[in-house]
Amino acid sequence: MAKMIGMIGTSHIPAIGRAVDQGLENTPYWVDFFAGYKPMREFLQAQKPDIAVLFYNDHGLSMFLDKKPTFAIGAAAQYENADEGWGINPIPALTGETELSWHIINHLIENDFDPTVCQEIKVDHGATVPMSVLWPNHSYQRIKVIPVAINCERHPMPKPSRSYAFGKAIGDAIRSWNSEEKVVVLGTGGLSHQLDGERAGYLNTDFDRMCMDQLVTDPEALCQYTNDDLTRIAGAQGVELAMWLAARGCFSGPVKEVERRLVAPISNTAAGLQLLLPA
Amino acid sequence: MADSSTPHGTYKFDGAMATLGYNLNRMCFTFNEAAGREAFLQDEAAYCDKFGLNEVQKEAILKRDIITLLRNGGSIYYLAKFAGVLGLNVQDLGGIMTGQTTAEFQAYLDSQKVGKPNG
Repeated sequence: MAKMIGMIGTSHIPAIGRAVDQGLENTPYWVDFFAGYKPMREFLQAQKPDIAVLFYNDHGLSMFLDKKPTFAIGAAAQYENADEGWGINPIPALTGETELSWHIINHLIENDFDPTVCQEIKVDHGATVPMSVLWPNHSYQRIKVIPVAINCERHPMPKPSRSYAFGKAIGDAIRSWNSEEKVVVLGTGGLSHQLDGERAGYLNTDFDRMCMDQLVTDPEALCQYTNDDLTRIAGAQGVELAMWLAARGCFSGPVKEVERRLVAPISNTAAGLQLLLPA
Repeated sequence: MADSSTPHGTYKFDGAMATLGYNLNRMCFTFNEAAGREAFLQDEAAYCDKFGLNEVQKEAILKRDIITLLRNGGSIYYLAKFAGVLGLNVQDLGGIMTGQTTAEFQAYLDSQKVGKPNG
């Protein structure tokens, strides 16, 4: 039985990667944001998870509109990354965990989820920024990663309730995997923000706080929202709540909140950070 | 009944928009690669033609008119790559779309500040 040690919800915006590269963590703009990562890094260093199941969305590096998966899961031995066109520094490749990937894929399809399976895929900042910031100086190289992508770009995209249920099925799969490995689940992206249109720059940190409350106590309440609701209430890219819901869905029972931070603005977003442990 | 209205200043990127903007987004997708970026900068109009952008989209690319690109099927994910080619970041882009300077757009973001006692 693999052991699920906890969930970290984190932003994944490119500006964080650049701040790390440029050593800006202690500058006034960034210091409050990065202070939140200290307990996260300590938790990871103490618990030493073997595997990270990482929910992210591809922003047009590998999953173009020509063949765009609604849900996708990596089943590769290694995941490369790239500069994405606007110059984010590539980082050393992530190491995969194919045995657990296939175990999850088999379980998902048996349980009526039909994701796209990716045996070769480049991951973008949605995956690399969380790895860089949680394991500084590329110290993630002993962690095996399973990237799981949810379409957050083109409507229709999975309903929040569906992303939650998808995560629930992945959690069941991890728990049924015959192994002693320790697994941490990462829900990335969000929280409220809107990049596009005359409404760009819109944030809703009251809603973000409520979401972080509900992720602890009543995640199913968040499943009542539609993606149109989230667009209206949390901005067009507020739909990235999907990855936090999927990550939370991996935990079947109650959780306790150990750390939380909400910092805005970080680039054009409200950046959430949350550590939840099985209660 | 669920409220499916789209807020003002928001361009829902759905099937119809993805159809309208396919060639535009396909062009911007090539900016993932240095070769695509260089070819575009060498002759922007010719590069637009190569990908079959319509006249409205092509003119908007040449004029850096991001709102018109959004209205004509541009996905912000690929328009961000276009901005990258131009050396603009997402705050610059926010300023352009909201008719403000980058500093004014940043000030709007800062007016929503939480959790930053030091910044």
